[in-house]
Amino acid sequence: MKHRYLPMTEQDQKEMLSAIGVSKVDELFSDIPESVRFQGEYNIKQAKSEPALLKELTKLAGRNADLKSYSSFLGAGVYDHYAPIIVDHVIARSEFYTAYTPYQPEISQGELQAIFEFQTMITELTGMDVANSSMYDGGTALAEAAMLSAGQTRRKKILLSTTVHPEARDVVKTYAKGQHVEVIEVPYKDGVTDVAALKELITDEVAGVIVQYPNFFGRIEPLKEIEEIVHSVKSMFIVSSNPLALGALTPPGQLGADIVTGDAQPFGIPSSFGGPHCGYFAVTNKLVRKVPGRLVGQTVDENGKRGFVLTLQAREQHIRRDKATSNICSNQALNALAASVAMTALGKKGVKEMAVQNIQKAHYAKQVLKQKGFEVVFDGPSFNEFVVKLPASYQETNDRLFEQGIIGGYDLGSSYPELQNHMLVAVTELRTKEEIDAFANELGDHHE
Amino acid sequence: MNNQDQSLIFEISTPGRIGYSLPEMDVTEVSLDDILPAEYIRAEEAELPEVSELDIMRHYTALSKRNHGVDSGFYPLGSCTMKYNPKINENVARLNGFAHIHPYQEAKTVQGALELMYDLQEHLIEITGMDQVTLQPAAGAHGEWTGLMMIRAYHEANGDTGRTKVIVPDSAHGTNPASATVAGLETVTVKSDENGLVDLDDLKRVVGADTAALMLTNPNTLGLFEESILDIAKIVHDAGGKVYYDGANLNAVLSKARPGDMGFDVVHLNLHKTFTGPHGGGGPGSGPVGVKEDLIPFLPKPIVTKQGDQYVLDYDRPQSIGRVKPYYGNFGINVRAYTYIRSMGPDGLKAVTENAVINANYMMRRLAPFYDLPYDRHCKHEFVLSGRRQKKLGVRTLDIAKRLLDFGYHPPTIYFPLNVEEGMMIEPTETESKETLDAFIDAMIQIAKEAEESPEIVQEAPHTTVVKRLDETLAARKPVLRYQK
Repeated sequence: MKHRYLPMTEQDQKEMLSAIGVSKVDELFSDIPESVRFQGEYNIKQAKSEPALLKELTKLAGRNADLKSYSSFLGAGVYDHYAPIIVDHVIARSEFYTAYTPYQPEISQGELQAIFEFQTMITELTGMDVANSSMYDGGTALAEAAMLSAGQTRRKKILLSTTVHPEARDVVKTYAKGQHVEVIEVPYKDGVTDVAALKELITDEVAGVIVQYPNFFGRIEPLKEIEEIVHSVKSMFIVSSNPLALGALTPPGQLGADIVTGDAQPFGIPSSFGGPHCGYFAVTNKLVRKVPGRLVGQTVDENGKRGFVLTLQAREQHIRRDKATSNICSNQALNALAASVAMTALGKKGVKEMAVQNIQKAHYAKQVLKQKGFEVVFDGPSFNEFVVKLPASYQETNDRLFEQGIIGGYDLGSSYPELQNHMLVAVTELRTKEEIDAFANELGDHHE
Repeated sequence: MNNQDQSLIFEISTPGRIGYSLPEMDVTEVSLDDILPAEYIRAEEAELPEVSELDIMRHYTALSKRNHGVDSGFYPLGSCTMKYNPKINENVARLNGFAHIHPYQEAKTVQGALELMYDLQEHLIEITGMDQVTLQPAAGAHGEWTGLMMIRAYHEANGDTGRTKVIVPDSAHGTNPASATVAGLETVTVKSDENGLVDLDDLKRVVGADTAALMLTNPNTLGLFEESILDIAKIVHDAGGKVYYDGANLNAVLSKARPGDMGFDVVHLNLHKTFTGPHGGGGPGSGPVGVKEDLIPFLPKPIVTKQGDQYVLDYDRPQSIGRVKPYYGNFGINVRAYTYIRSMGPDGLKAVTENAVINANYMMRRLAPFYDLPYDRHCKHEFVLSGRRQKKLGVRTLDIAKRLLDFGYHPPTIYFPLNVEEGMMIEPTETESKETLDAFIDAMIQIAKEAEESPEIVQEAPHTTVVKRLDETLAARKPVLRYQK
């Protein structure tokens, strides 16, 4: 058959089979026993030409309501943000996206340096000493942090605040089960981790305490208070953070965190139905040799010229094999690159300005809704999300919003049974005053 | 230009420059001091670069020129399936309706995405011969761990709690034992026989009532098909264990053999390998897992199912191992893989494997006179040479790899699998032309001659790259992991 991805001509095949010393292709598969040999062709859809397939898939994509055509107030861990257009121009350079892991540093200096810069930017935002080259996503990065704390402290309990993203909590629990670690959830009070309950639960058997900052409800957790409790029993303080928020908020590294993880999706990475995004993983110097995944380090070549290599790989699964503490052997390099370009474009001033815009716009939306008589539940210091109690059912409200071209906030009742008909509203810098007012008006119609 | 030291982005930063264009602030602003506690307001700005948009583009363009991808040149990195990454995939993944949809949108507003996921599951079920597939795992290693967690849950659900061992061949990918460990299981190694295949007697010796699973790659990492696969599966099944298929080498057997027909119970696929991911410099990937009927209840949740003409996410799975990843997997990569499968169709996928296997065998035969071939039989999509002949001349496999850089090639995977001395694992893939293979073969032959006649050329390689060999010991001993002013 002829296909644009397959250059072998009939003549090529003839010559190559002759060089191999066989007369038919089938002879090369004679080691597959007849009993397991697949006969015929797969029962799957026939191939389509490039134009026909593009047309079909464009139509299929058109059956989804996208965030660029609708006005979205949906966040809950994945956000619709300003992605500088330059990001896509950089990551579309195929020297980056068609490469693999930089195993050969002499011809991978571009990728290695880009990761080194990414690591630097993450340490700057989080206030930590060291960041790795990235993880699958924020949820799995958090789970790996929990496992690191268990390995490091040789303790088998994790305290996990219920104000952490529900799906990240689920992932932590799955990983914990794998390594026989117990997870105990800490209740929340007034929208933040219940500090009194945490004090009750903490013992010297606790490996790590996990909180999210800003938390799932958008609230800023009292990290200072929590840190004292955690470290009083020499547990590890693990903070999951939206890195954009850290443009405006005191970084966890300055508030005593031992491990900071999160997802760099707010920096130039499309929501893409939940993935691929880009986890990050940052630690204090003390933990540098325990970090899962890959690290890029600076060194010199034979002539003393600066260069970059994958380093501290003795920690990695491919050397430690069955002594591994983590099995991650890749990163999200291309998305880390996207995040780097976005962080570079925003830069020192832009990251702060964008973070502040989020705070301002969310604050404005909160005020507008309050003026309309809505109850903002858990009201208090927050980033770009807050909780509204709906006077009608969530479903009815959301359907109505959708009809008006608005994608409403997250249904908190779906993961917090006590919060039925509560909506988690996200307001990013991309939402205009006009959109916020329209959203409030649509909600307001229900209120009367 | 490329031989100059390359600046870091931080080194070209100049206070006062910007590279962004944020939306207008159109709401009334309040002072942060009024709405946030002082101790949580960042005191010092993060030291990120201050550069213009052109500065950024030039910087990353310069970096890209210091990077080798499949589009730059031949990349026969064994076990990684570095095939061409079709461009239509990139366009499709960037369509607004795929790139800019939120995982928490209601199902009725994302029917197109769910349909694509469902249809991809169906295609992967047919390709693997399994009964159900989850798209949730983010990468191959993540899929391995997911599969092992399901096997563990299966045994536990049967009250069979003593099954704590995972049998892994000595030629296995390093992730296999690591995945077993993080799934709370212990690894037992089974030896290879003189033909490079699983030693059945040794397997019978290590298998038992404590066997949770055997993990196998087929063809194995030597590129050899495990001919006794049905016997192997039977030995493990008779002992009550499950058989796990590491799908890293699926490119070798498309339309030729399906894991589900070979006795495997669980399989993970690397969509970034066989199904043109792309690799992205090390990720993101996608590692779907397929299972047989009796393991379906343990799949991570949710699963995409079809109810009438609607596609839905099914969370009602009481025996599920839970979530292995937030949301539904690396959807963007799954879109690319789906686009690829639809571009190839059944006869295209068959040709993929046939051409990949012809390419590998052709290279192996042409290189056999110049390098040692530890296992002399037809290979599948890749083969392993040994550099022990050259080593005796003082030229190590590492040197050969570095010398290949001077010819503009990415070297093969080296020193792997572990059971081959000075191993070089070469995987050409089907998307390379005969001319490319011939040119690479010529380079390898020249290097073999250099090893005999002027070994220092090889030992001192590379000669043409932007940096020479780098001091990895220094990097590890005194780690510099971030830029400091």
